Amino acid sequence: MNNIFVYCEVTEERSIADVSLELLSKGKKLAGDLNVKLEAVVIGHRVSNPESLLYPYGVDVIHYADDERLFPYTTLPHTSILLDVFEKEKPEIALFGATSIGRDIAPRVASALRCGLTADCTSLEIGDHFENKTQTEYKNLLYQIRPAFGGNIIATIINPETRPQMATVREGVMKKELFSQKFKGKLKKIDAKKILKDDDFAVTIIERHMEKSKIDIKNSQVIISGGYGVGSKENFNLLFELADILGAQVGASRAAVDAGFVEHERQIGQTGVTVRPKLYIACGISGAVQHRAGMDQSAQIISINTDIGAPINHIADYTIIGNVADVIPKMIKFYKKNSK
Amino acid sequence: MRFRIIVLAKQVPDTRNVGKDAMKADGTVNRAALPAIFNPEDLHALEQALSIKDKIPEAEVILLTMGPFRAAEIIREAMYRGADRGYLITDRKFAGSDTLATSYALSLAVRKLAPYHLVISGRQAIDGDTAQVGPQTAEKLGIPQITYAEEIISVDAKKIIVKRRLERGVEVVNSTLPAAITVHGSAPVCRQRVAKLLMKYKHARTVTELQNETKDYTELYNNRPYLLIDEWTADDLNAQTEMLGLSGSPTKVKKIENVVFQHKDSKVMGSSDKEIETLMKDLMSSHIIG
Ligand SMILES: Cc1cc2nc3c(=O)[nH]c(=O)nc-3n(C[C@H](O)[C@H](O)[C@H](O)COP(=O)(O)OP(=O)(O)OC[C@H]3O[C@@H](n4cnc5c(N)ncnc54)[C@H](O)[C@@H]3O)c2cc1C
Ligand SMILES: Nc1ncnc2c1ncn2[C@@H]1O[C@H](COP(=O)(O)O)[C@@H](O)[C@H]1O
Repeated sequence: MNNIFVYCEVTEERSIADVSLELLSKGKKLAGDLNVKLEAVVIGHRVSNPESLLYPYGVDVIHYADDERLFPYTTLPHTSILLDVFEKEKPEIALFGATSIGRDIAPRVASALRCGLTADCTSLEIGDHFENKTQTEYKNLLYQIRPAFGGNIIATIINPETRPQMATVREGVMKKELFSQKFKGKLKKIDAKKILKDDDFAVTIIERHMEKSKIDIKNSQVIISGGYGVGSKENFNLLFELADILGAQVGASRAAVDAGFVEHERQIGQTGVTVRPKLYIACGISGAVQHRAGMDQSAQIISINTDIGAPINHIADYTIIGNVADVIPKMIKFYKKNSK
Repeated sequence: MRFRIIVLAKQVPDTRNVGKDAMKADGTVNRAALPAIFNPEDLHALEQALSIKDKIPEAEVILLTMGPFRAAEIIREAMYRGADRGYLITDRKFAGSDTLATSYALSLAVRKLAPYHLVISGRQAIDGDTAQVGPQTAEKLGIPQITYAEEIISVDAKKIIVKRRLERGVEVVNSTLPAAITVHGSAPVCRQRVAKLLMKYKHARTVTELQNETKDYTELYNNRPYLLIDEWTADDLNAQTEMLGLSGSPTKVKKIENVVFQHKDSKVMGSSDKEIETLMKDLMSSHIIG
C-alpha cells in the first residue's frame, strides 16, 4: 500500500499552519494502522525550518518546493506542483485543512485526478467495506465521517475505487500531538522551475491585507461561551471579565454572533471552530447539535441556563439553573475571594 | 462577441430552517417538510453577474442548473431578477452525482455555451456545504478559479479584478478571462424581483412543465420563444454515461446516522451564593481553574 500525504499550509509568518500539524498527527496514526509512511508536501518560499518543525510529528518524507512565485499561495502553481508529486507518488490518502487554501486547492486536485474528496470531516478512521452489488470486499479504506444536512445526520463516506482518498478537515478538529522529538525523516526537493508553466500565472495578487488572528480560542484551556441567552453586548462584558481573571477565552454560539454580541471569530460549532478545553462554561446556550459538534469533547462542561430542559444540560457535568447576569458576577466574586 | 456570463445555481432543501417536523419519528430527515430554495450564496453569485450587466449593457447572464424538473423554479426566479435565460440540465442518469460527477455535467453544459467570459457560482451549497463544485468545474474547463469573491472591482473583455474574502483577511487579484469565480456570502445580497420582468417571464416553462399544463400555450410560445426554458439531457451534452451519476461518483455513502444525544449525569444546582461558592472551590481544588 502507498503512503499518506498531508498538504502543509504555509502561514503568513512562513511557518506551517496548525491545521496541517493536526493533520500530520492524525496522519501518523492512520499510517500506523495501515503500516505505511507519512509524507508532507510543503509548497512556498523560504519556509522557516520545515525539517525541524515537521519531523517531530513523525514525517518520513518532506517534499519541499521553494520558489519565490509560490508564496503567497495562488491556486494554479500550487495545483501543478501537487499534481506532479501525486502523479509520481500515487498516495493512498491525501489530507488538507478545510481552510481558505485547502478548500481552494483540494477540489481542483481531486477533479484533475478524478478521485473522491470529502469536505469538512470531523473524524477519520480505517475500516473495511463489502459492496453487495458487486460482491467485492475492500480492505482498509478511509472512513471519512462528517455531519451533513445542517448537522442533523452524520455520514460515513468512502472512496472504494479511486486514489488518493482525499479529505479536508477543519482547524481544531484533530488533536496536535508530537510523535517523537528525536524522529528524523528525509527531505526531497521539488524542482518547481521544471513544473511551473506560464499559464499557471493567469491569476496574480495585486494587494493583500492579512491579519494575524488575534483571537485564539482553540488553544485555550478554559472557555467561557455565551449564547443568545446572554441577552446583550453589555452582558457579554461580564463573560470577558470572568475570562480575564481565569485566563480564559470567550466563545459564542451562532445566535450570539448573529445578534452582534461578539465577533464571528469566536463562534464555536459546526460552522465555527471546534474546541476541546479542560473547562467549558456555556452561558445562556441551548445546545443545538451544530453548537455541540464544536464543544462536546470538552473535559468538563458547566451550563448556566434559566431553562432546566435546555439540551445542553444533557451533556453538562454541572447545570446551574439561573440567570447569566446574576451567576457570572457571583463566580467572579467567589473566585476572587478563594484565590487569595 | 457578447460578454457572456454563466451563473451556476442549485435548488436546495432549506437546511437552515430545520423546524420540528423536519425530522421524522424514526429519526430520518423528512425532505418533504423542507422547502426547496435558491441556494443562498448562489443568489449572491447572481447579483455579481447582474451587476456586471449593469456596467456592460451588452453582457448576457445565463443561469445553469442541474437538478430535477422542479429546479426550473430557480431559473424563473433568476429571470425575474434580471437573468436573460436559463438551462435546466436534467436526466435520471444524473441521479446520485457527487461533486465530481456534477462538475463534469456542468462543465459540458458550459462548453456548449462557449464562447463565454465568466462562470460564476456560489461558494457552497447549504445541503452539503462542500464548496467543491465551483473549483472542480473550473478545473474541468481548464480555466483559472477565483474563490470566495466578495466584490468584482473591475472587468473588461480580457481581465477581471476581484476582491476575495479569506479567513484572515482580504486579497485583491487579477485574472485573465475566461475565469471561474465562486462568490462568498459576504458579497452584496441579490436585488429583488423586478415587476416588469415578473410580468414578462411568469409563463416561462420547460417542455416538461408545459406537458403538465392543462391550458394550451402553443400559440403563446410560438410568439414568444424566450418563454421556453431549454432542458438538456445527458445525450444533449454528449456525456459519457460512466462519468455520470453514481458510476461517475468516486465517493459513496457507506452509512448515515442520525444525531443522538449522549446523556451525562448532570449535577443540577441553583444559583445561591452558597452553591456557586462551593462550585468555585471544587473547580479550584481540582485544578480545573486557578
Ligand atoms: C448548518 C447550520 C450550522 C450551524 N452552525 C452553528 C455553529 O457552528 N455554532 C452554533 O452555535 N450554532 C450553529 N448553528 C445554529 C444552531 O442551530 C442554533 O441556532 C444556535 O446554536 C442557538 O444558539 P443559542 O443556544 O445561543 O440560542 P438559543 O437557542 O436561542 O438559546 C438561548 C438559551 O439561553 C437560555 N436563556 C435565556 N435567557 C437566559 C438568561 N438570562 N440566563 C441564562 N440562560 C438564559 C434559554 O433558556 C436558551 O436555552 C447552525 C445551524 C445550522 C442550520
Ligand atoms: N446541481 C447544480 N447545478 C448548478 N450549480 C451547482 C450544482 N451543484 C453545485 N452547484 C454550484 O456549485 C456551488 C458549490 O456547491 P457545493 O460544492 O455543492 O457546495 C453552488 O453554490 C452552485 O453555485
